[in-house]
Amino acid sequence: MRLPRILPPAFLIALAVSLGPAPAPLLSSALAVQPDEVLGDPVLEARARAISAKLRCPVCQGENIDESNAPVSRELRLVVRERLTAGDSDAQVIDYIVDRFGEFVLFEPRATGANLLLWVAGPAMLLLGLGGAAAYLRRRQRQPDGAPAPLSAAEEARIAELMKE
Amino acid sequence: MLAPMIVELGHFTLVLALMLAAVQVVVPFWGAARGWTGWMALAAPLATLQFAAIAISFAALTWAFVTSDFSVKLVFENSHTLKPMLYKVAGVWGNHEGSMLLWVLILSGFGASLHGFGSGLPLRLKAHVLSVQGLIGFAFLAFILLTSNPFLRLAEPPFDGQDMNPLLQDPGLAFHPPFLYLGYVGLSMAFSFAVAALIEGRVDAAWARWVRPWTLAAWVFLTIGIALGSWWAYYELGWGGFWFWDPVENASFMPWLLATALLHSAIVVEKREALKNWTILLAILAFGFSLIGTFLVRSGVITSVHAFANDPERGIFILGLLAFFVGGALTLYAARAGTMEAKGVFSTVSRESALVANNLLLAVAAFVVFTGTLWPLVAEMAFGRKLSVGAPFFDKAFTPFMLILAVILPLGAILPWKRARLARAARPLAGAVALALALAALAFALGTGRSAIAPVAAALGGWLVFGAMTDLWLRAGRRPTRLKRLPRADWGRAFAHGGLGIVMTGIGCLTAWNLEDIRVVKPGESYDLGGYSFRLASVDEVRGPNYVARRAEIAVTRDGAEVGTMLPEKRFYPVAGMPTTEAAILQGSFRDLYIALGDPQADGGYAVRTYVKPFANWIWAGALLMAFGGILSLSDRRYRIAAGARRPAVAAAAATPAE
Repeated sequence: MRLPRILPPAFLIALAVSLGPAPAPLLSSALAVQPDEVLGDPVLEARARAISAKLRCPVCQGENIDESNAPVSRELRLVVRERLTAGDSDAQVIDYIVDRFGEFVLFEPRATGANLLLWVAGPAMLLLGLGGAAAYLRRRQRQPDGAPAPLSAAEEARIAELMKE
Repeated sequence: MLAPMIVELGHFTLVLALMLAAVQVVVPFWGAARGWTGWMALAAPLATLQFAAIAISFAALTWAFVTSDFSVKLVFENSHTLKPMLYKVAGVWGNHEGSMLLWVLILSGFGASLHGFGSGLPLRLKAHVLSVQGLIGFAFLAFILLTSNPFLRLAEPPFDGQDMNPLLQDPGLAFHPPFLYLGYVGLSMAFSFAVAALIEGRVDAAWARWVRPWTLAAWVFLTIGIALGSWWAYYELGWGGFWFWDPVENASFMPWLLATALLHSAIVVEKREALKNWTILLAILAFGFSLIGTFLVRSGVITSVHAFANDPERGIFILGLLAFFVGGALTLYAARAGTMEAKGVFSTVSRESALVANNLLLAVAAFVVFTGTLWPLVAEMAFGRKLSVGAPFFDKAFTPFMLILAVILPLGAILPWKRARLARAARPLAGAVALALALAALAFALGTGRSAIAPVAAALGGWLVFGAMTDLWLRAGRRPTRLKRLPRADWGRAFAHGGLGIVMTGIGCLTAWNLEDIRVVKPGESYDLGGYSFRLASVDEVRGPNYVARRAEIAVTRDGAEVGTMLPEKRFYPVAGMPTTEAAILQGSFRDLYIALGDPQADGGYAVRTYVKPFANWIWAGALLMAFGGILSLSDRRYRIAAGARRPAVAAAAATPAE
């Protein structure tokens, strides 16, 4: 199938800027990937789809380019397919796009620098929680059943009232 | 005569509700501090009055929408005379101001429910709970009146309105917000109970028994609300996704995770008088996350699909409320938590420990969703990096916790309290393990072998469902005749746990086996996908009440036999100037056929997207089963009895069969 030429990145960025924060593109729910974009090779197309799902539409509110209907997403989808047809690996394609649009378009933030905190947060919290739970469980095993707390005057009164009924 | 004044009446009762809320904060609290029963007893009637005042206010706004009174600014901005009646009513909460009014209506409704259901509650506890509830009501009523008044008039009423976002004009979405709010706001009761317990410095089994029904009700509503939202996204957004890890979805998911944890930890407090501090903390955090959710949605701080209010003033106000309530409650917690002694003793292998593990996994999972949702904000403010956190991150960082949870759940559910022997407890589950593995093998054989997702999901789903059945079987003492007489709470638990298994199976199989086809089709042409044959019979223009649409008629056959006719539409709403995709879905127990119609092409054909989505319905069916399990538990006689504990004869009768 015919592939359109790759647009110069400067043009893509200009396009992204001129469109500005799109007027709720997610809400204009139409079809994303158009029939003329689909690659003939199903393996390549599947890779393109997988990559597209990880890339954020630069002008939308939290859509990936695979779902997005914005013109810039279509251009990006075509770029992804162009790079793949040219023989790039998945990582190279993603790098190519991130180099031009910044890490904002990556839905899976790279585990570098401060982002390590994000990736480590869950497992670290689990370890911390496990430690706390283990300490708690040990205390619960040792501590004998204390004598029940003495009843307050109000409770005594309530019991007396219940007994009367 | 009165009709033109109805909107003003609603405005007036809203101010009245604010004042009633103020009285509801002060009088019962002061009464409790002084031990004046008369003042404490005023709490419940005040809560009911406040609810009545807000209900009148809400009715007035609904009236303005129903009669299309465009002199009210809110109605003008969000309605239109041609809009169908259902959406005129749903339009009341399809916008910021109205949805906040619904928020306080539900809040006051929960408070007033203590008037009816709280008759056995100690007077002092009730006074404290309603005082805290009144404070939340006061704060949010002030928020509405000061920053988001729905009753403002326009000096010159326009001829017609601007219509509501067409995507929101949908039955699934019409009821999505009320259910979510019932869930969010229902957690305010757990919060109020927690703060009241901190004020009084005691938490015991009775407290846990009181707090559980409200948490359970909130959880049921949240479950239904989230399922409705996900179902809506599935059929309305046009590509059949059901969960996007959108910040606003996360905002509803975090309270759900914590409410689930809270439900389970409250069981430990009720049965074993342990985990008290943790349960109080969870109750505070669960409502805290509801407030965070409200903040995220209302402030638009993390822009997403749902953020229809982008007003910093409102954002700061809600942030202030969040800081006040969560900060205040946590301060109180820090001061008082030490006074609450745990009593129960249990060994490392026991039901208690299993529930601790449940809480740990759910809380950490909620924490992961929280960090992922807020990370873009943190990264930009602290490190100057503009980045995104989306589905690929959450899929990797969140899913493992749910998998571990699913693995330990059936075992934990049948472990005895206090002290258990793992080998002996696990023995009855051998059948469930075998069936789960058989399902996994089946999924492996059916699949193309490229993905492990389906076999794993089938195994875990089977493990949960058969584990839940084993649980029931053991509870009934392995005697079928006793199954019928089991308490409803046991059935509720089995339904909820089994429902989770069905959700997991659905998600896994749909993810692994989803088939998609994108092509240009001309009328009269046919194509095949997944064993089905689709023929585009015709494409016509049709007209709806407030839209025009292009509608395709597609005949579906399988092996020559007719399966059905599908009518996907592409609509255009002229007033809002927006197109929407109305996908056609042919539902089935084991697969959905899903077609979305696209634009006409130069050669006279139409872009058509066709999907075969296996097990799609299982996701929502499972969620409904979970909610149904919650309702069953809620109707258990222990709670019905507890509600009427004043009648000693019934209470005595109930004491014997309860565990």
